Amino acid sequence: MPKNQSISEDDRDPIIRVENLTAVFGDEVIIDDISFDVFEGEILAVMGGSGCGKSTLLKHMIGLYEPAEGDIWINGNNIVTSSSLEREDTLRRIGVMYQGGALFGSMTLLEIICLPLEEFTDLKMNARELVGRMKLQMVGLREFDRYLPAEVSGGMKKRAAIARAIALDPHILFLDEPSAGLDPVTSAELDNLIIYLSRTLGITLVIVTHELPSIYSVADRVIMLDKRVKKIVAEGSPQHLRDHSENTWVRQFFARQAETEMTTLEQEAR
Amino acid sequence: MPVIATSQMRIESDGRVVVRLEGRLDATSTGRVWSSVMDALGTRRYGALVIDCTDVSYCDGAGLGFLFHMRCQCALRNLTCEIKGLRDEFTKLLDSFNPSDYREQSGRVESSSVVHDTGRSVVGVLTDIRNQVVYVGELISALVHAVLNPGRIRWRDAFLVAERVGADAVPIIGLIGFLLGLILTFQSAMPMRQFGADIFVADLVGISLVRELGPLMTAIILAGRTGASFAAELGTMKINEELDALDTMGLKPVRFLVVTRVLGTVVMTPLLTIYGILSGLVGSLIVYQSLGFPFATFYHQVTGFVGWLDLAGGLYKSIFFGFLVSAIGCLRGLETRSGSSAVGISTTRAVVSGIVLIAIADGIFAVLYFYLGI
Repeated sequence: MPKNQSISEDDRDPIIRVENLTAVFGDEVIIDDISFDVFEGEILAVMGGSGCGKSTLLKHMIGLYEPAEGDIWINGNNIVTSSSLEREDTLRRIGVMYQGGALFGSMTLLEIICLPLEEFTDLKMNARELVGRMKLQMVGLREFDRYLPAEVSGGMKKRAAIARAIALDPHILFLDEPSAGLDPVTSAELDNLIIYLSRTLGITLVIVTHELPSIYSVADRVIMLDKRVKKIVAEGSPQHLRDHSENTWVRQFFARQAETEMTTLEQEAR
Repeated sequence: MPVIATSQMRIESDGRVVVRLEGRLDATSTGRVWSSVMDALGTRRYGALVIDCTDVSYCDGAGLGFLFHMRCQCALRNLTCEIKGLRDEFTKLLDSFNPSDYREQSGRVESSSVVHDTGRSVVGVLTDIRNQVVYVGELISALVHAVLNPGRIRWRDAFLVAERVGADAVPIIGLIGFLLGLILTFQSAMPMRQFGADIFVADLVGISLVRELGPLMTAIILAGRTGASFAAELGTMKINEELDALDTMGLKPVRFLVVTRVLGTVVMTPLLTIYGILSGLVGSLIVYQSLGFPFATFYHQVTGFVGWLDLAGGLYKSIFFGFLVSAIGCLRGLETRSGSSAVGISTTRAVVSGIVLIAIADGIFAVLYFYLGI
């Protein structure tokens, strides 16, 4: 059983469990002994200020980084201690959208989506292309299948990255800053896509973001990291954290206020 | 119910074909089912298609792709396609795709014909020549400006480039030069000894290294090493929009980035060439001594045959080669388009263009020196 008490006391079986995770870079501790669960079908947002370790946490959860301490369970398999074959098999069943899209520059969008289908299924070429086009249609990019990543906009790149992430219909999808740097309309379209993936396909989503409008519209639950204590400082629904959190910094975050501004306001209130 | 999807097909008396699917229609097993159903249907004529999915426990994107493909096939032939028993959530998803949207390919089809391709290649070459002419003009203007205003040159960057181009290249130039002199002497000595002329190997190798091989070898190594490095560096800057940032700050990339690189390379290339020639002569001396000749003979033969004018001709060439290599490397970097593969393409183009230009320039110098009597 985990030592840390921040694991949700939920009756449901978690699809992802992070236990006492400590992440370090060199001598510097980035995340210190955190634990939390992600449940099937939910959309969990990982929030926090810049440099608090959100993306580091995500990279630990998808097996790119090895934790200094702690365990990460995905679908009941510990990706930290399992053999490399088991780990690969587990990780193959998840989809990841990277912050910059990480699309392969020399391939068209359709080729990029078809790549995992080519490697991991026995679908023939025309079948792969049809499935690839359907995935592109799901993210609203069917007409752009022959375009190179360099020829489409930032929002399109992110949507194409999501299409690649769902090419093999994973049960879990990790999205790193899906709406960062996008205009409000494109950002809202991406939010709708995320909700569609969750509600229609039943995909569990872990989203790293600090975009408040997106968090309000998509997240079922939020965990907040704070770089000063390097731990989870709040957990709950976004609305609950905004209105009822006892942590000043959390309220500041949701109120989009600078630290000094909040202190002044609190003093005035007293 | 099987875990892996299976299919059975039967033909009804009214001409309908019924395909019954069972199990998990997922990415792993759909491919097999897809192929077997298509093979079974083949060119068979049928009135309508019924796909019974009552026993399908799960259907992912690949499964939906298969069902949608069957729908599209029926739509093409104006046949009825009934998909029955599929769970509501999958039906809803399947219905969101319209076969008519998939009849024609997407709008971006590359047209290709010999005439088209030839035209495109010619336009590409002409555009490249035009860009090079514009670039050379801009570079010469910037160099003249730099010479007239030496205080405006970013000397710190130029010295850094000189260190990277020159000092860091010393080991490779030394090694290749040494081996070149060694091998050239050995290969020449064997046939010349048959005629008793092996004493003149030193003359042959000395003049070859000083006039031709020294400058050429150094320039080709620089094209692979420095030209590629400049192209990759400027190409990455282009992709990261750093060049755009310079432009908007009113700093011309050619003046700010290219001039320092060209100056650094032009200064270092003749020095590296001298070092390469000396390394080659050392290699040659070792073989020459092994043939039974003392150092004094080697020195006498080389200095007696190779004049200062030969050395000056070689070094003058090397300055020009240095200019070509650095300028073309920077140009290819500045021409980099977007995408991660673009930097690789620019680097390759820098090396190829550099070597081609060196070969052309060397030919021109050979003719020029002949008429000048050098």
